[in-house]
Amino acid sequence: MQQKTKALKAAFPLTIPVMTGYLFLGMAFGILMDSKGYHFGWSILMSIFIYAGSMQFVAINLLTVAFNPINAFFITIMVNARHLFYGISMLGKFRLTGKIKPYLIFGLTDETFSIVCSAEAPEGVDRNWFMFFITLLDQIYWVTGAALGGILGSVISFNTKGIDFVMTALFVVIFINQWKSQKNHISAIIGVAASVLCLMLFGQSSFIIPSMILIILVFTAFKNPIERGTEK
Amino acid sequence: MILALQQALILVAVISLGTILTRALPFILFPNNKETPRFILYLGNVIPYAAIGLLVVYCLKNVSILATPYGIPEGIAIFSVVILHLWRNNTLISIAGGTLIYMVLVQLVFV
Repeated sequence: MQQKTKALKAAFPLTIPVMTGYLFLGMAFGILMDSKGYHFGWSILMSIFIYAGSMQFVAINLLTVAFNPINAFFITIMVNARHLFYGISMLGKFRLTGKIKPYLIFGLTDETFSIVCSAEAPEGVDRNWFMFFITLLDQIYWVTGAALGGILGSVISFNTKGIDFVMTALFVVIFINQWKSQKNHISAIIGVAASVLCLMLFGQSSFIIPSMILIILVFTAFKNPIERGTEK
Repeated sequence: MILALQQALILVAVISLGTILTRALPFILFPNNKETPRFILYLGNVIPYAAIGLLVVYCLKNVSILATPYGIPEGIAIFSVVILHLWRNNTLISIAGGTLIYMVLVQLVFV
């Protein structure tokens, strides 16, 4: 028990930046869900069982158009495809985590990944519980934000038109952070160019999967020059 | 809420499973002490950058530059996010600021 308390105390300060971000984004999610007629119970349910920020915003669209679970599955794979690569990076670090491993994998969001992959547990703190509490605290912030937003949205009525821009803003911010972290921008440019091209060719309702295929084809065809260009 | 309760629950379950699959697949494919193929590591390095580019385009898929308001609110709001983020480098300020600007634009300016 004392071991867990120590790990929790070491984990908490590192999660504070995520707390502010998740409370705000979670609230925006809850408010948006409520504005589409899904009360806060739905926001909590989704934040517990899906727990993927960007995908939950995309899911709001899916919940408000014609029912198409197969399409929803492929969009989920596409939107979350980047998690495959977080997983690949964490293969080593999660190796000896035992019974908490499934939860560490389940909770590997962009933000949790960014902390867990860089932070080391301080001297004398159990590293498995340390990673566990980072993951758990982050999810608590997210669920709390979503619940608050859903309740707030149902109590106070205000004009929410345009609040869905929060998702665009989130991705633009991640895009800028990634852009600044790389000297060579070819991967980002391929992503945008392939998507715009497929949007024009296939239209707004069916361009996602062609875009994904095109991106992988371009990366496969130009593997050598891209690899040389992006080497650090 | 336009879907039936069961349909909405099925969608949430499908999205949950899809998300779990993308997070767990590397650990299933490359169990402890097994070498990860070089091609997968290469894709792991480059795809995250392209995926976010795709998501930005996805968010803007309904914007028409041929009809009023010609994508001007989106353009101004994204420009604000970029400026705020380069200036303060604070994720929360950039997202909240850009969203507020966009809401003001679509509710009061470009109505």
